[in-house]
Amino acid sequence: MKRIATALSIAMLLAFSAQTAWSQTLQTVKQRGQLICGANGTLGGFGLPDPQGNWTGFDVDFCRAIAAAIFNDPSKVKFVPLTTGNRFTALQSGEIDVLSRNTTWTMSRDTTLGLDFAAVTFYDGQGFMVHKSLKVSSALELNGASVCVQQGTTTELNLTDYFRSHHMALKTVTFATADEAIKAYDSGRCDSFTTDSSQLYSERLRVTNPDDTIVLPEIISKEPLGPAVRQGDDTWEDLVRWTHQAMLDAEELGVTKSNVDEQLKSPNPEIRRLLGIEGQFGQPLGLTNDWAYRIIKHVGNYGESFERNVGQGSPLKIARGLNSLWTKGGLQYGLPVR
Amino acid sequence: MIAASKPRHYTVRAGRIALQVLLAVIVCGLIYGAFVNAANNLAHAHIASGFGFWNNSAGFDISQTLIAYSASTSTFGRAFWVGLLNTLLVAGLGIVLATALGFTIGIARLSRNWLVTRLAGGYVELIRNIPLLLQLLFWYNAVLKALPELRNSIALPTGGFLNNRGLFLPRPEFAPGFAAVMAALLVGVVAAIAVRIWARRRRERTGAPAPVGWWSAALIAGLPLAAFVLAGFPLAFEQPQISRFNVIGGLEILPEFAALVLALSVYTAAFIAEVVRAGILAVSPGQTEAAQALGLRSGATLRLVVVPQAMRVIVPPLTSQYLNLIKNSSLAVAIGYPDLVQVFAGSVLNITGQAVEVIAITMAVYLTISLVTSLLMNLYGRMTAIVER
Repeated sequence: MKRIATALSIAMLLAFSAQTAWSQTLQTVKQRGQLICGANGTLGGFGLPDPQGNWTGFDVDFCRAIAAAIFNDPSKVKFVPLTTGNRFTALQSGEIDVLSRNTTWTMSRDTTLGLDFAAVTFYDGQGFMVHKSLKVSSALELNGASVCVQQGTTTELNLTDYFRSHHMALKTVTFATADEAIKAYDSGRCDSFTTDSSQLYSERLRVTNPDDTIVLPEIISKEPLGPAVRQGDDTWEDLVRWTHQAMLDAEELGVTKSNVDEQLKSPNPEIRRLLGIEGQFGQPLGLTNDWAYRIIKHVGNYGESFERNVGQGSPLKIARGLNSLWTKGGLQYGLPVR
Repeated sequence: MIAASKPRHYTVRAGRIALQVLLAVIVCGLIYGAFVNAANNLAHAHIASGFGFWNNSAGFDISQTLIAYSASTSTFGRAFWVGLLNTLLVAGLGIVLATALGFTIGIARLSRNWLVTRLAGGYVELIRNIPLLLQLLFWYNAVLKALPELRNSIALPTGGFLNNRGLFLPRPEFAPGFAAVMAALLVGVVAAIAVRIWARRRRERTGAPAPVGWWSAALIAGLPLAAFVLAGFPLAFEQPQISRFNVIGGLEILPEFAALVLALSVYTAAFIAEVVRAGILAVSPGQTEAAQALGLRSGATLRLVVVPQAMRVIVPPLTSQYLNLIKNSSLAVAIGYPDLVQVFAGSVLNITGQAVEVIAITMAVYLTISLVTSLLMNLYGRMTAIVER
């Protein structure tokens, strides 16, 4: 009887446990001493561990920037590799603090999953990759083709939309991970592989015969990629949002990783506010006032991160394109720190 | 004066019943509380809940659909049924093949031929000890890589193609006259059963055997054939054609489907073989000796004396193996076969984001399938049980 009573009380505790207070993410991260970041794990240029186990990539650098802002140490991050299948549940359940995994910001994801997207770090679009031997030069010639795609992505839905609106027949082959999809494309199981254009550049380097693969010119959708956080924690969301804005502002103002220490002496009031010499902008975020200085010192500005990971300084060689600053005709527009 | 109180054992029994009722109330309260807690947490976190997603448009394509499905107009509910039918197809086919192969291997392992015994033993030891996922990936990659690409398809003599996109066979198109053939088949089956019953009664009465096997085959095959000829050959075939990207037309069998069925059957057959061997060994050797003393050869001994008695030992573990096969079919997600888990708990879950509802429905479906299977197997088990007087 006593054993039954104990078991019952424990069970009641578990079943009726109070809701976790999600508005305490920053406190939790500081207590833990480490940021837990949801990353890709298999996508070169965006989120990939190297053979020594050090994570590199555009999305990875963004998480390092957040860690630098909080801890003044970009290595205080733990990266959790996630698939398209479990990335949202990992964030919803509290397993990770921020999801930085080339995830598209869509209305249904914003409104029904209990998540918020803090920024658009990469403006992308969906494209197709085909075997050159098929002699296809445009996506409109793919009537009746087999296309490999990852499940649970906006890619899957855009693909059927595109083929439907152009009255073309389609055979999809869905896989749980990009690895399996690429293997199937390689072996000839499907004629084409479709995903975000930036991912195509990266995956193209992984096929056995990159010369036999071309990326078709059509971009069939808008894919604004950005980090996601849980709803209900406004301070944390602001922190993530302003990390990205700080990196953009730094590039606009010409502050780089190498010259940030000299820029501390700059008379420019925008730079002084950004680097925390004037104003108290860090405190409302729960950070020190040199939060942006820490980010640029350890990770660099947006342009540096872009070029290093996916741009001309990387094997992917993606052009800035839509991700150029607004002053150069692109869409990246830094919000003012004031 | 004797007090008119109830005897002590009534009081104790009432106390026990009251305790069990209290326990049941508490357990139900806990379950209800857990549901309410989960619903509140979901609402608080602004995660959509409820089953309204069932009627929303799906928007994604499925590579194998046994019922009509369109990416643009079908709902998530329809996608669920497509996935469920694919799972049932794989599970059903897997069970049939695994049983056939398992019984063969199990009996082979008890053979007097040294080589056959060792081969069967080697098969069982090898297959049982390698994880099913690895075997599945082996079959998928071995099946895929071994087959040629679309341009170099193997053309089959019956008019189909075999390549790494699948096996494409001519699709039968049934003219209206085919209904007569189906009716003739039904008549043939009923007649065959009737003939068997009549022959068995005659054998019990007079001892005269009859070649019922041949008669049944003649009825089941001959009657429909006659109807087919008389109805004017009401069957046409749609031949598959190789087009620029794919094979168009015909009946398509996906390599994912083939790999999954093969892997499941081969794996489960190894376990069923051991179950069958155990069942046969459990039959008293006196039975075999008596049968041989009566002059029955080993084949007839197995078929008429040993296996019927072994079935009552075989059926319960066999049920477990069938249930394992049904649940293992969810590994389809590793190779992209659109079964229930891949379609519903994969694509639908990720598009709608409603993990709790989708997983609950998937678990309930698997539970139902398993319960029905074990119910049917228990019924069969009761039929083969020894009736004791």
